[in-house]
Amino acid sequence: MKTKSNILIFEEKMKDKNRIQTLLNWLGPFLGLFLVLVIFSSIPEVQDRFLRISNLRSVATQSVIVALGALGMTFVIISGGIDLSAASNIALASVITAFAINVGFSPVLALLFGVLTGGVVGLANGALITSLRLVPFIVTLGMLGIARGVAKWIAGNQKIDAPLTWVNEIMAKSPRPSWMLIAPGVWIMIFFAVAMAVILRYSVFGRHIFAIGSNEATARLCGIRISRNKILVYTIAGLFCGLSGVMEFSRLTVGDPTVAVGLELDVIAAVVIGGGSLSGGAGSILGSMIGVFIMAFLRNGCTMMGWPNYIQEIIIGAIIVAAVALDQIRHRQSA
Amino acid sequence: MEHISKRFGATCALDDVDFDLRKGEVHALIGENGAGKSTLVKILSGAVSADAGSIFFDGHSFIPSNPLASRKQGIAMIYQELNLAPHLSVEENIMLGREIHRLGFMQGKTMQRAVEKALEFVRHPEIKSHIPIKKLSVGAKQIVEIARALVGKAKVLIMDEPTSSLTQEDTLRLFKVIQKLKNQGVSIIYISHFLEEVQKIADRFTVLRDGKKIHTGRMEETSVDDLIQMMVGQKFVEMFPKIDHEIGDVVLQLKGLKGKRMAAKVDLVLRRGEILGVAGLIGAGRTETLRTVFGLDSVEKGTIVVGTVETGYGTPWNRIGQSIGLLSEDRQEEGLALSLSVADNLTLSLFSPYKKFGLLRLKKRREAVQFWLKQARIKAQDPDQPVSGLSGGNQQKVALARLLHQEADILLLDEPTRGIDVMSKSQIYEWMGTLVQQGKSIIFVSSYLPELLGVCDKIAVFHRGNLIDFRPVSNWDTQSIMTVATLGRIAHENQVEHFDL
Repeated sequence: MKTKSNILIFEEKMKDKNRIQTLLNWLGPFLGLFLVLVIFSSIPEVQDRFLRISNLRSVATQSVIVALGALGMTFVIISGGIDLSAASNIALASVITAFAINVGFSPVLALLFGVLTGGVVGLANGALITSLRLVPFIVTLGMLGIARGVAKWIAGNQKIDAPLTWVNEIMAKSPRPSWMLIAPGVWIMIFFAVAMAVILRYSVFGRHIFAIGSNEATARLCGIRISRNKILVYTIAGLFCGLSGVMEFSRLTVGDPTVAVGLELDVIAAVVIGGGSLSGGAGSILGSMIGVFIMAFLRNGCTMMGWPNYIQEIIIGAIIVAAVALDQIRHRQSA
Repeated sequence: MEHISKRFGATCALDDVDFDLRKGEVHALIGENGAGKSTLVKILSGAVSADAGSIFFDGHSFIPSNPLASRKQGIAMIYQELNLAPHLSVEENIMLGREIHRLGFMQGKTMQRAVEKALEFVRHPEIKSHIPIKKLSVGAKQIVEIARALVGKAKVLIMDEPTSSLTQEDTLRLFKVIQKLKNQGVSIIYISHFLEEVQKIADRFTVLRDGKKIHTGRMEETSVDDLIQMMVGQKFVEMFPKIDHEIGDVVLQLKGLKGKRMAAKVDLVLRRGEILGVAGLIGAGRTETLRTVFGLDSVEKGTIVVGTVETGYGTPWNRIGQSIGLLSEDRQEEGLALSLSVADNLTLSLFSPYKKFGLLRLKKRREAVQFWLKQARIKAQDPDQPVSGLSGGNQQKVALARLLHQEADILLLDEPTRGIDVMSKSQIYEWMGTLVQQGKSIIFVSSYLPELLGVCDKIAVFHRGNLIDFRPVSNWDTQSIMTVATLGRIAHENQVEHFDL
């Protein structure tokens, strides 16, 4: 005699399958990073150098600028938008910081100015998108030109040299008090990543962003104030670009208006590799950060192998397409 | 068409329907919303395929497997929502998909001649071959669609509610074109709710009800009253629990309200503990009025009085604060965010009970959601599962439960029972009864007359933007509602005193 009906057994199987599915969905982005690490640490030529602490440290430091941009970009993309002005905004903020230090402001104020500049650019993006009802692509494409132009204008079309201050130590590869282990910039990045992850997942604001990106009509129906939330999203994205610009200045020790050209695409790629959907409603901070590190380790590994730049570009391009394709397949299966 | 049947899931859209169309006739297809008219013509035009039955065209058996196959046979459909590319010119639209070419190069002259011949035939002052479609009025666009069908040498034209958004003048013009087409031997299937028009233009008619063919006959031998009788049939009122409730003070009043997308001003009074039914055809102004009240459309004229406070335009956020809730007629596109979880969808309009320092207490929310799932008898495995995994009826209950969760006292329900199973329907009726018993008020928009008659205290009817009659439900029946909805007035003088208040 059977104790269980076939239907029950089937249902239990499905439950197990669902559990495995959720686990896979959760692990998905990790797998990519894991794969990259495994591949490079198994190639004999680079294996010993690749996993060395000093290398990990330098990869982490190199990632800070893209990672900070990706924090804001994650919010923007989840809300169903895009920010093409991110890289120009970073350059502008780095120029403003250098300019302020040069003029004689204290480093703290200069740093603040840099971050706020980014915030103002983001605020302008959000205000234009909501008040003129233009698509984010167009508004931020325009801002990409405007911010870059203003940066060059302020810098007089050349680099701004600024005296060395403690600001330049934020991005030092080996931190001064050695108990910090990694550069202060990396700690700042980790702090904000955790904070933004909590906000995205547990705050009312975060839920509203997901709702707007998932279905704006429903969000409106539920009384969510769309314009206000969108402006806030773009302002936050701008502030992170500002912070990223300060880091750029700290790394270069000069304010360079021509820095980070095309970096916005790296930032967007990181978010998308991490599961962000360009049609909105999906994405996570953890995923985006993993996206950042996948790209950073790939670059690092390729450089160690002595592969030319164009090989890196081809590989990263392929990774973006593959990552999104895999993500879609996963979603189709779970739907 | 013989013995045509079609099922969509559990509902039987068409059940063994026969239909015949003669050369050079206008055949009207009539019935209530959801009677199966659109499904029948979609089968003929190849947009959906029949489950059973056969079709003969010009004496030959014909299986319309896709829209192209039907078009090649000379069957052209003119859709309610027009199928034109707005940026292209009249000529380009007419020739779209049937460009005359040699080796891939378009033969401009030949095409021009064909287009001009068709435009000559339909004759409309607005239409010139080079102007872009988006500059034309709705009526002119409709004529362009017909011209397109002519160039394609159509033998059968299917028109689905062609006049629902036309002015009087454009309607007359359309009728002239139809007359001319008839004389040329083109057959026309004409779907419309406006029975007086149908009577003018059609030679024969077929009435469908609940997917079954009721009658085919000659138009001149049939009165509008007979048609309405056939459309509504003898429906018995059932599964509507009558729950005692007391009607109190006025809670919502519209005074000469005109919104951006409303055709006319609307006055309305809703009392505490009342279910006010709103009937009318699709596009008559029911949905537009609800959306204006809830702030989804802007207010152009008039005021909305909530309780005793006069308000002008209010955003949905304001309205929710005034304890008004709206259930969207379009669950998939607007009512729910399908990729979000059941819990998110249920609580989206009111997070404040779970908020602490701006963060959500997910555990507390989860408990609340579980309570509501139980309360509303929603079958869901887990509050965190995506709402898209639920059945239609359960999805709708989530959307409704959201209004209860946000503690709305005035519920604006737009087609709350559309496309859901009978069990869920009767449960929603029961809810509505319990809610008014608790002193809440409901505006209930529906196209399904038996349910309006079954649960409402009062019913009003929309006709082409005007909200026409307010009467207690006891003074209505399906026939009189249908008459007002299609004609805008009562058909017979002697019935007036019976209805009069």
